[in-house]
Amino acid sequence: MSETLLKTIFGRLTLDSFPIHEPILVGTFIAVAFGGAVVLGALTYFKLWGYLWKEWFTTVDHKRIGIMYMILGIVMLLRGFADALMMRAQQAMAFGGNEGFLPAHHYDQVFTAHGVIMIFFVAMPFVTGLMNYVVPLQIGARDVSFPFLNNFSFWMTVSGAVIVMASLFVGEFARTGWLAMAPLSGLDYSPDVGVDYYIWALQIAGVGTLLSGVNLLATIIKMRAPGMTLMKMPIFTWTALATNTLIVAAFPILTAVLAMLSLDRYIGTNFFTNTGGGNPMMYVNMIWIWGHPEVYILILPLFGVFSEVTSTFTSKRLFGYTSMVYAVLVITILAYLVWLHHFFTMGSGASVNSFFGITTMIISIPTGAKIFNWLFTMYKGRIRFELPMMWTIAFMITFVIGGMTGVLLAVPPADFVLHNSLFLVAHFHNVIIGGVVFGVFAAINYWFPKAFGFKLDKFWGTVSFWCWTIGFYVAFMPLYVLGLMGVTRRLRHFDDPSLQIWFIIAALGALMIAAGIGALLMQFWVSFRNREALRDTTGDPWGGRTLEWATSSPPPDYNFAFTPVVHDLDAWYDMKSRGAVRPTEGFRAIHMPRYTGAGVILAGCATVFGLAMIWYIWWLAALSFVALLAVAIGHTFNYDRDYYIPVEEVIETENARTKALAAGA
Amino acid sequence: MVVMNPAGDVARQQADLILWSTGLMLIIILPVIVLTGLFAWKYRAGNADAEYRPDWDHSTGLELVIWAMPLLIIIALGALTWLATHTLDPYRPLTRIAPGEPVTPATKPLVVEVVSMDWKWLFLYPEQGIATVNQLVVPVNRPIQFKMTSSSVMNTFYVPAMAGMIYTMPGMETQLHAVLNKTGTFEGMSANYSGAGFSYMHFPTRSVSDAQFGEWVDSIRRQPDRLSTDRYLELEKPSERVPAMGFNAVQPGLWDKILGMCVKPGTPCMQDAMAKDMNRGAHAPVSNRPPVDKPDGALFKAPEEKKGGENRGAPIETPAGSQDRGGKENRSFSAIDRSTLPGVPGRSSAVAGA
Repeated sequence: MSETLLKTIFGRLTLDSFPIHEPILVGTFIAVAFGGAVVLGALTYFKLWGYLWKEWFTTVDHKRIGIMYMILGIVMLLRGFADALMMRAQQAMAFGGNEGFLPAHHYDQVFTAHGVIMIFFVAMPFVTGLMNYVVPLQIGARDVSFPFLNNFSFWMTVSGAVIVMASLFVGEFARTGWLAMAPLSGLDYSPDVGVDYYIWALQIAGVGTLLSGVNLLATIIKMRAPGMTLMKMPIFTWTALATNTLIVAAFPILTAVLAMLSLDRYIGTNFFTNTGGGNPMMYVNMIWIWGHPEVYILILPLFGVFSEVTSTFTSKRLFGYTSMVYAVLVITILAYLVWLHHFFTMGSGASVNSFFGITTMIISIPTGAKIFNWLFTMYKGRIRFELPMMWTIAFMITFVIGGMTGVLLAVPPADFVLHNSLFLVAHFHNVIIGGVVFGVFAAINYWFPKAFGFKLDKFWGTVSFWCWTIGFYVAFMPLYVLGLMGVTRRLRHFDDPSLQIWFIIAALGALMIAAGIGALLMQFWVSFRNREALRDTTGDPWGGRTLEWATSSPPPDYNFAFTPVVHDLDAWYDMKSRGAVRPTEGFRAIHMPRYTGAGVILAGCATVFGLAMIWYIWWLAALSFVALLAVAIGHTFNYDRDYYIPVEEVIETENARTKALAAGA
Repeated sequence: MVVMNPAGDVARQQADLILWSTGLMLIIILPVIVLTGLFAWKYRAGNADAEYRPDWDHSTGLELVIWAMPLLIIIALGALTWLATHTLDPYRPLTRIAPGEPVTPATKPLVVEVVSMDWKWLFLYPEQGIATVNQLVVPVNRPIQFKMTSSSVMNTFYVPAMAGMIYTMPGMETQLHAVLNKTGTFEGMSANYSGAGFSYMHFPTRSVSDAQFGEWVDSIRRQPDRLSTDRYLELEKPSERVPAMGFNAVQPGLWDKILGMCVKPGTPCMQDAMAKDMNRGAHAPVSNRPPVDKPDGALFKAPEEKKGGENRGAPIETPAGSQDRGGKENRSFSAIDRSTLPGVPGRSSAVAGA
């Protein structure tokens, strides 16, 4: 066949695109292929495909979608963490004559992929998954406002993750750093497929994130139980409201900036090029106008988690609920006024730099107030050191250190010497691990019994806790030191042998964290095996205070047989202390949304479209885009979207719960 | 720790600022950490002696304190930030070279023009008429004005012992004023990832006495190489691990052309494009120098123009060095043959040692 025909059919995909000469990648591929084959084989053998498709993939139930988000986050955590281990190993080895085991071409992809995966495909799915699962339950709703949209959002996120993972074995990922800064990410300096993988993975996943933001925003505004005024909302729901507001306002900026970058790359415009009127500094500004709110999108829901956990495990009302709410709102607004602190060193004038430095510091005031509020919630409480509470205390101590180094970086002249250094790397891992990751683990341990009906094993949870917390300090404190020694980030080779010991310590810390992740997986397995011993029949294993603990664990499809009426903050605690009786009769049929496969099919088309655009296979891109539109339009003609859970089924479910409660009492 | 114990007055003040800010913040941070531990211990469920007030959730006095305390600290820190940001503005000419040693009006700063390239540093000394690659030599205690730009992508110019970093950007000039107060050799580097050769993009910065500086300038002037337009275009091509070079003279007007991205003959300069734009009036000038050698957008490529998306980790040719594990010659892998460097007559490849 002629070259023209081949390239028309396959675009720039050639046999050379498969990295068969990279032993690390071939090994990984064999392991992944083997593992994948085992999983697929097992699913086929146990005839689980139909079950998965009918009960999970096509589900519009916010609880199942929430669980799938968490699974996606855990799977991607393993990939992102493998990248982290490779970086730590490379930096611990590559001194003087030793070039380490990763060539620049591979190493530069590894640190880019690590950042992209950890933020977009680990932290975001975790946060979205938690909000998806918990928010409707906390506000006494039966589902989110737009159940199908929720399923579609999830699969679009998966589609982005699939595209990132594909880059591991077909072609390559971006070699630009996790924000793909122009002009390096332009066609002039990155002509390969890497940046295109980056663009399409984020664009497609970004659609999912934005739509789930719209969905949860509408849910919180419109679907709260009667009596739950805004100032009676649980604090986690408040933080979810703030986060989704940020998502809805910030993600379009990312979409726009990536769209402009793709126009530069695909039709030769000059938004961010060096010449032709382009301005690469505009890319830096715009990506951070999204990027800074993004870090609050990640941390705010976890602030909510810590509030719920502290209040539950101290058996005490949250101290300063009102000031907590205002603190969240102040942070939400200020999140938009600080982006320039990411590039004080780009040559802005002193007044501009001071302005953004000081707005950044102001954010620490509400954040500090929140820390004090958790502190005074503990004060005169009865603290039970269950796993969620342990994570919360580890968070409080770790996060204030990260906050302090953050404010330090907000002082422009100090930032001049610390910018792009390992001090900066240590800082943001300090707040993201100490804040987001610890928060996610607190949340998993806290809400797992709600989702599955049994608690998680405490022994392995404790092992994981200590491995993570100690491992974190061992891994990142050396980076603070190295930063102060003038060592900068993203280097794959060093000359000064005196630095090596610090990198070796950091690598040991990373290994401890690896043990923590292992213990986490072990915790899931052991808990699953001992699920009968760990069973909770009450639906309220921790003495909870908010509405999600009012229903059974796991909750029925319809969440609440009767919509609860709220009279006070901490509605469930209020109901318990006033001796509210659970209704056992008068049930009615419940109107519910029907499951649909449209989300999976749409996201499948989007994945094909993304891959076709990446590889310049224009015919396939056109075809899959038309298919995407056709399925989307076709789905609007599907009128069979709801059904009623018959009253008999509701009665049966609720009677079973009545029995279980009586047996437990 | 070079950042905390630097050799230049600007970096010294930046280190002091780090210490002061940290100190101010510890006023809040330490009590929080101590109280967290204390409360966690005292109010543990097992401690029946501790008071328990499940409905206590508000105290106006405490709220006032927990909002006011951070506010006060931030007011102090904010004031400090405002002052320090203005006094340590990298664009502001130095007013002192050390505490109590003001810069006299007679002192003229040494101007060094810095160009970051893929992946090396070019330094032009307009006063001396010389240029160097990957070596920066400056006289001790003399204020230096760095004017910086980039030939391709963004980098940052960073000598931790001397002063903080500033971005170098193509088609734009950024500035940094600094001084070194101690003699010695200090590490300089790019701190902003710029591509494959980034890790080797560092250079020694030597601070020497005035007399030694004069000798060094003379030694560079005796070098055979001259930085002509052609030589610059040769140098500009990507190369890694480039050892120090010196040029006895520099093509007049080269810096302005680098800044205007028009060293290549026949390329329109950014300055001219902007001037023309300004003359048309009505809006602020745009840096719209027409693109030259710009790649076509992907959609406009004919099928056969699509470059294969090969995974470039593939060894393109036999790599330098020994294939034996622990081979002796690999020990000196970073020391490369000068003849393979860009611009050296008879060189074979643009990328040395990659």
